Amino acid sequence: MALNVLWLQSGGCGGCSMSLLCADTTDFPALLRSNGIRLLWHPALSLAGEQDLIQLLERCLAGQLQLDALCIEGALLRGPQGTGRFHRLAGTGVAMTDWVRRLAGVAAHVVAVGSCAAWGGITTAGRNPTDACGLQYEDDQPGGLLGTDFRAGAGLPVINIAGCPTHPGWVLDTLMMLAAHQLTEEDLDPLGRPRFYADQLVHHACTRNEYYEYKASAAKPTDLGCLMENMGCKGTQAHADCNTRLWNGDGSCLRGGFACINCTAPGFQSPGHPFHITPKLAGIPIGLPVDMPKAWFVALASLSKSATPRRVKVNSHSDHVVLPPVARKTRLR
Amino acid sequence: MSRLILGPFNRVEGDLEVQLEVTDGRVTEARVNAPMFRGFELILNGRDPMDALSIAPRICGICSVSQSVAAAKALADASGVVVPPNGMHAINLMLACENFADHLTHFYLFFMPDFTRAVYAARPWFREAERRFAALAGSTSNGGLRSRAALAARARWFELIGTLGGKWPHTGAVLPGGTSRAIETTERIRLLARVREMRAFLEQTLFGTALEEVATLDSLAALQRWRARAAGSDMALFLDLAEATQLTNLGPGPGRYLSYGAYARFEGGHALARGVWDAALQQGLPLDPTQISEDARHAWYAESTSAQALHPMAGLTQPEPDKPGAYSWNKAPRLGSQVVETGAIARQLVDGQPLIRAAVLAHGGTVYTRVLARLLEMARILPLMEQWLLALQPHAPFHAVQAQPEQAQGIGLTEAARGALGHWLRIENGRIAHYQIVAPTSWNFSPRDAAGTPGALEAALVGARLDNAIEGAGGQSVAVQHIVRSFDPCMVCTVH
Ligand code: SF4
Ligand code: SF4
Repeated sequence: MALNVLWLQSGGCGGCSMSLLCADTTDFPALLRSNGIRLLWHPALSLAGEQDLIQLLERCLAGQLQLDALCIEGALLRGPQGTGRFHRLAGTGVAMTDWVRRLAGVAAHVVAVGSCAAWGGITTAGRNPTDACGLQYEDDQPGGLLGTDFRAGAGLPVINIAGCPTHPGWVLDTLMMLAAHQLTEEDLDPLGRPRFYADQLVHHACTRNEYYEYKASAAKPTDLGCLMENMGCKGTQAHADCNTRLWNGDGSCLRGGFACINCTAPGFQSPGHPFHITPKLAGIPIGLPVDMPKAWFVALASLSKSATPRRVKVNSHSDHVVLPPVARKTRLR
Repeated sequence: MSRLILGPFNRVEGDLEVQLEVTDGRVTEARVNAPMFRGFELILNGRDPMDALSIAPRICGICSVSQSVAAAKALADASGVVVPPNGMHAINLMLACENFADHLTHFYLFFMPDFTRAVYAARPWFREAERRFAALAGSTSNGGLRSRAALAARARWFELIGTLGGKWPHTGAVLPGGTSRAIETTERIRLLARVREMRAFLEQTLFGTALEEVATLDSLAALQRWRARAAGSDMALFLDLAEATQLTNLGPGPGRYLSYGAYARFEGGHALARGVWDAALQQGLPLDPTQISEDARHAWYAESTSAQALHPMAGLTQPEPDKPGAYSWNKAPRLGSQVVETGAIARQLVDGQPLIRAAVLAHGGTVYTRVLARLLEMARILPLMEQWLLALQPHAPFHAVQAQPEQAQGIGLTEAARGALGHWLRIENGRIAHYQIVAPTSWNFSPRDAAGTPGALEAALVGARLDNAIEGAGGQSVAVQHIVRSFDPCMVCTVH
């Protein structure tokens, strides 16, 4: 029996769907089919639209069609004044929030694809003009559209595949685990994110790790040094595997030369400081690595700064390797 | 007369609703509604100017690099920074990578699957269309071989931005002073290998001939000769299907075309020229950006006290969801009070590509010429990318440092795949005090303005014949589907 997946979009940019289509596979539909995933409807990939889609939604609601996974991409727009009229599903005149509430009531699993659907995401920035929220969170506060107590038919809370956009591998692994009945509550972190990627830190396997060790920090864009001290990098706090499971074959934010803004976390859109600058108190970055007491960080940083090899120091302020590692005799000593 | 409400459309970006009035099986009037509003212009207010580089790309997941480029250009305009040649080439490469991918996605995943609709089942070419272009979800057929191959090629193609920009969508590598990622010599070779893989895919599948043969087609007669040589290619099949279904007459545009100019050159100007093309006069006109305005009469926003359409540097975004007479979250952009069309067809016309000028002269700006212009543009973009890659100078700078001023204003005009994209911003006390965005589909899918003039799609739909057999079942007219998708609309950008 295939996992019947329905994918709908609301207050987002469509980027999580576009990211999904970058999945690393030679035949996308075959990948889904061979893993027991059946897309009942997807906004970019289905022939049928309009009445066919609305009929399909009605059949799901009536229980005539088993809805195994309801995937929602984009924030849920509750405004103005709780009416949901900032997004009415075209052709229906009905607020998308109403459709999502009803469909979530019949789905075995509800999946938030991306940080918008998970927490509200970028759409909630500023004074949140549309009263946007996520499916089961409003920023880091549980609740959201469906409420704290919501459980989908199979018993799990909303599965939050957070990320802005989300990585195609995170989505496919999640759907494949659901299709294989292998995703349990223990596989979700306290924020409902699949642990296979949320138990990692972006800092892991960052190509700038040696610069981090010596606090040899970038001072401007294109510098090779670590981006934590000056350039706003939150990789030591961000839950994701972006530097071990690369993006688009070869990338990550850090490899692209710009800071990790912790896009898998609630509230990333409004960090309270400019994204590209590390806020500091008395010269010490406010956002320290997750499990590091401040005094240790200060002590280690001053120690490692005093021990920085010249090669690391010079290269950290260049856009390419100026001093290569010295070639030593290879004979064992 | 009957009234139909169509939507949601799929295989377009975002949500779209179209209301039609139909008499004797033909559309007599259309109203286009973009039914989703997020308020990015309000979200950007009060932020550090550089935050626009993280926020603006998230307007759109299909053209996020274009949004980055428009924001970076507006900030560069405000600060006066000069991007070094390497930075310019790298930005052009990312922009071209995205625009090209959009054309590929549009052709294989969004547009061509309409030829596999049941209404065409009795046509002699139907099986072949299914074999190549069947939709990739929700259909039981095992077809779509070419669409699947294109999807795989597309994923690989985006490795270009993986390297140049860290990730796609939503790179942070595009900056006012260049890019944050310097490219090494060996990386340049690897990127060139990716471009050559795409060249091979196009030459074997989409075009069946060398790209240069397509890029330099200069007349309809030359196109017919090429078609005979390239029989079996996907573009040749498109020409067959367009003829069989009379796409040449379907969905005429307003006949005025706008391009902001694509792919900036260090020495000034653009690889694809900036300007306006008037098809009736057969004449190019210079673009005057002060003539751009957004009319909010039929949009759910407060209007200016003067009830005049405002220039974006003075534009307003104040939602008024109960406003009488309004029917869209999209405002109506106008150039000198006139409706213009934007997109690949506009870029090629303004740039003087002879085949597209000849095709528009013969058939007007219709479904056929819009798709043809996109295919031709793909053949033109890829060789440009090869040139930019080879022009990168190892170890020369990719970025110039320059702080943002405390008070300034800036305009960022660029081309997204779907056409003219502009950002207008003002910085006061080191913060964003004003931000307005006019996206390509804002132009193409605009509602009526205060004078009652319909937008480009609204006018293009008039005269379309509805399929009688299916009109009752919600009006799933395939003609309407072709017309709507020929613009490759992006509704999330439209309203933002
Ligand atoms: S740039 Fe960020 S992720 Fe990389 S080493 Fe530095 S702190 Fe860690
Ligand atoms: S590196 Fe950070 S900001 Fe970039 S995608 Fe990963 S979690 Fe998001």
